[in-house]
Amino acid sequence: MKTHQRIAATVFALLLLFAVGLLWSTPGVGAAATGQIAGTVKLDGPAPHQKPIDMSKDPSCAQTRGGTPAAGESVVVGANGGLANVVVYISQGLSGDLPIPSKPVTFEQRGCQYVPHVVAVNPGQHMTILNDDKTMHNIHPEPKPGGGNNAFNKSQVVGAPPLDVTWASEEIAIPVKCNVHPWMHAFIVVVKGPNGVSDANGSFKLENVPPGTYTLTAWHEAFGTMTQKVTVAEGKPAAAEFSFKGK
Amino acid sequence: MAETSVQAAHHAAPQGFIRKYLFSVDHKVIGIQYLTLSMVAAFVGMALSWAMRLHLAYPDFRIPLLGWLSPNGAPNGVMTPEYYLSLMTMHGTIMAFFVLTAAPFAGFGNFLLPIQVGAADMAFPRLNMTSFWVTFVGFLLAAATFFIPDGPPLSGWTAYAPLSAVGSVAGPGQGLGQTLWVFSIALFCIASLLGALNFIVTTLDLRTKGLTLSRLPLSTWAWFIDAWVSLLAFAVLLPCGLLLALDRLGGTSFFIPGGLVFNDQLQPHSGGSPLLFQHLFWFFGHPEVYIIILPAFGIVSHIFPTFIRKPLVGGWKVITFAEIAVGTLSFVVWGHHMFVSGMSPFMAMVFSVPTLFITIPSVIAVLVWVFSLYGSNLRFDTPMLYSLGFVSLFITGGIGGFFLAQPSTDSYLHATSFVVGHFHFTMGLSAIFATFAGFYYWYPKMFGRMMNEKLGKLHFWLSFVGVYCVFMTLHLTGFAGSVRRYSAFVDDFMIPLMPAQRFMTISALLLGASQFIFLFNAIWSRFKGPKAADNPWGATTLEWDTTSPPPSDNFGGRQLTVYHGPMEYHGEASVMQTSPAASVAGT
Amino acid sequence: MVGKIFAVVVALVTLVTAYCVITHVWWMPVDISAHGPKIDHQIEETILVAGLLFIAGQIVLASFVFLYGGARGKPKQIPGGAKPLVIFAFVLVGTEILALSFIGSKAWGAVYFAAPDPSSMPIDVQAGQFAYYFRYPGLDGKFGALHPEMINEGTQNYFGIDPEHDPDAKDDIVTAEMAIPVNQPILLTLHSKDVGHSFYVRELRVQQDFVPGLDIPIHFTATQTGRYEIVCTQLCGLGHYNMKAYLSVLSQADFDDWLKKQAAMQ
Repeated sequence: MKTHQRIAATVFALLLLFAVGLLWSTPGVGAAATGQIAGTVKLDGPAPHQKPIDMSKDPSCAQTRGGTPAAGESVVVGANGGLANVVVYISQGLSGDLPIPSKPVTFEQRGCQYVPHVVAVNPGQHMTILNDDKTMHNIHPEPKPGGGNNAFNKSQVVGAPPLDVTWASEEIAIPVKCNVHPWMHAFIVVVKGPNGVSDANGSFKLENVPPGTYTLTAWHEAFGTMTQKVTVAEGKPAAAEFSFKGK
Repeated sequence: MAETSVQAAHHAAPQGFIRKYLFSVDHKVIGIQYLTLSMVAAFVGMALSWAMRLHLAYPDFRIPLLGWLSPNGAPNGVMTPEYYLSLMTMHGTIMAFFVLTAAPFAGFGNFLLPIQVGAADMAFPRLNMTSFWVTFVGFLLAAATFFIPDGPPLSGWTAYAPLSAVGSVAGPGQGLGQTLWVFSIALFCIASLLGALNFIVTTLDLRTKGLTLSRLPLSTWAWFIDAWVSLLAFAVLLPCGLLLALDRLGGTSFFIPGGLVFNDQLQPHSGGSPLLFQHLFWFFGHPEVYIIILPAFGIVSHIFPTFIRKPLVGGWKVITFAEIAVGTLSFVVWGHHMFVSGMSPFMAMVFSVPTLFITIPSVIAVLVWVFSLYGSNLRFDTPMLYSLGFVSLFITGGIGGFFLAQPSTDSYLHATSFVVGHFHFTMGLSAIFATFAGFYYWYPKMFGRMMNEKLGKLHFWLSFVGVYCVFMTLHLTGFAGSVRRYSAFVDDFMIPLMPAQRFMTISALLLGASQFIFLFNAIWSRFKGPKAADNPWGATTLEWDTTSPPPSDNFGGRQLTVYHGPMEYHGEASVMQTSPAASVAGT
Repeated sequence: MVGKIFAVVVALVTLVTAYCVITHVWWMPVDISAHGPKIDHQIEETILVAGLLFIAGQIVLASFVFLYGGARGKPKQIPGGAKPLVIFAFVLVGTEILALSFIGSKAWGAVYFAAPDPSSMPIDVQAGQFAYYFRYPGLDGKFGALHPEMINEGTQNYFGIDPEHDPDAKDDIVTAEMAIPVNQPILLTLHSKDVGHSFYVRELRVQQDFVPGLDIPIHFTATQTGRYEIVCTQLCGLGHYNMKAYLSVLSQADFDDWLKKQAAMQ
């Protein structure tokens, strides 16, 4: 082989290596992650009676409630049997590093209740805790010991700045309480990847799902978990329906 | 007797900064080290109280520096409720232990007791040095709690179990903060026990020739009695603290019963008794307040004769036996802290009787001081002004005790600000005024300079009026049911008391500011004060029969002999204890 | 001069204090309990006794300072020396103490040594960080057993009762406010869910700590209707200052209405 041929071959080989290496190092979610999973969660059976909450120990709770009565939120069922506060997430099938949403999740103390009652967040995603009330609250989450998440107990007085919290590990689910208002109770579900929480009608939507076949899990604090398989294609929103059996 | 007693080892004057001022076995240096530590602690404790009072009266006020000290505890300078409780806990802990127990007893006692008994040093100088440094490390541990993420504990200086025993699930600061606190107190206990031992042995064994117990200076008597009370009381606090540490770290349940639920989680303890903690703590806690006040009795009793120019009524016996009675009775009254605690109501009556009876020796002491003024040649130098102030404050504080000593009246006033007013008067203010009296009195002896009289008097007037403004008002809001240890006043019945809260806060800040007059005087006089003579007050006890300050072995090689009691004052004239001259006839 | 100023300042401070106490500038609320008058009487007696001692002590101190400041010549001791003082202390103070103890024991006894009225209405009170919850036994008059491991505040099972399996617990009425009929003897049983707390109602002249591990009874009868605050007076954590519940003293008819409404909300 002549010299200029050797040089060209070497350069070509190097370029080839470079291109392969580039392709290899690219994260698996190379294609646009614009897939969606949407659906509803229903409760099959009568909605259990939710006891009204008596907030008289702190009259200032009433100031931010505007007269709306409060009731327990462990099972919230909408008009058409839709089950609220169900976290729907992908438990199997996701691969590679998933981008953590830059927008923080908001967790508010309003009218002496947590809004939302169940919040889903990715590990490493920021959570902003706000106190909208005219009274102090303390935020006391109790993650599993040894699970990678740290417990804390912090109070927010009236007018206090927001708290910024991130969770290190997946955990389904971290109970969080206010000790000053013992009826205040919520769940923080820390899961990787796209997720959604069903609203008052039981509707949920997962966004930015890369195409693929997955196991979808729905979790409810009282009824446990259900799973189903779902396939997401480019441009075609996938549908999933869940139905929990009432007790 | 003195002839057969053990002599303290004579030590050659130490060389070098470290042996002279830092790790010194010289009781005078150790005494000044204790006084310096307690002065630093006092300013820290006071600063904490200013922050607390500001928050109570002006809850939205952004306190400067606080947000910087703890962004967690005071975001933007506005305290969280748990941080208020943490500051309150450390205020009580620092003041009760590192100021009030340290200064009048360990501070003055260390400097003066060996000199007053005519010895060259304490019986165990190295043990003495150890006591100070152990106390110092204890203080560092307490201070350290401010710099850990969750901050100091919030359970009060009384640290009741189970709140103090179950760990961080009970609240912020209840993790590492409470653990550091327990170890800090344990070290303080050990140091106090060692110190008490030293005081007792020195007083019994190292008295110089002629110094019988009947000729002992009244301050020495008080330190001696106090050392016994200290020995017996701290000996109970130490195991109490160890049991608490075991519950926290060792999985035991001395103080934690079963079935406790925090944050919907059942706790893994069972079989313990929270009341056991209260009994152990208060068995120490009540004598502790007398450990604090007895040296004050002694200092004032010692100072009075110098400035009334005659002995106390009843001589050394009446006041001293009153002190012994108070010290002894202090061990059988602890249940009056527990009238509504769930303890048997019958026991409440049993504790109430000696609690009321302890009034009698206290009244005897007050009568001795007050009626010694009759027919006296009263001089109003600053030490005497403070001693008189002490008497007034102690009367006021003691009167509040009548309400708290009876279970029926205590059932309304317990845990109200009435209690806070009461103990600040008796334990805080009286003892502090006596400490100031001692400071102004013995400063010339300790530092060879006189403190400035004008500044001293100004400090007195501002402090005397200030303390009544702050702490008498607390008694009054207590009658209205104002609850103590609240970080904010949100209940309907507390709102009308806010003007009183603001009055107390402003008074407290002014009172705090006036203490800087004292600080300035103390530091400035050290360098610029007029040089002090050996005996600037015309007093009689042995410390005035040596130079100001004394040489390293206290008496420059002399072996003193005592011929008189400590109160040979006859108007202008006085007879020193060591003077061979005969007493004036009729005394 | 300094002495005279001291005397005047002490006298002023004494008079201002006495004035504030006598005119009740900030004072106890009106008593609404059957045993309250005994306690209030004891407080008034103590104010008299202690107040006289306070004024006497301060005024004598001030007087002597005023009179003997700067005096010269040979000092003299009070005639009789210490003996009259010691006798005075023992006799006068001793008598006062015995009197206060004796009379005071009746006030204390009215709260603690008298047995509860057999017709007392029982109410179970639980204190826990940082709220009070109350339990009425319902028609069966029996309280269901408590199971601490079943406590779930999120689902509002504050007491840890098991209404599904425990017939006694089925009709228990759990409330966040306490209501009682006026002039009805009440027997409370206090227990704590976690740390020490206390039950303090100023108007009722009742204060009793909750001790974890103990069930502590207290009884009283309210004599006036109204709405009062139950506040916590035993340091229990960050929410201590805000830990309260309302106590409504109602007519029998109003109380029956209230209890019915609460039962319907279980």
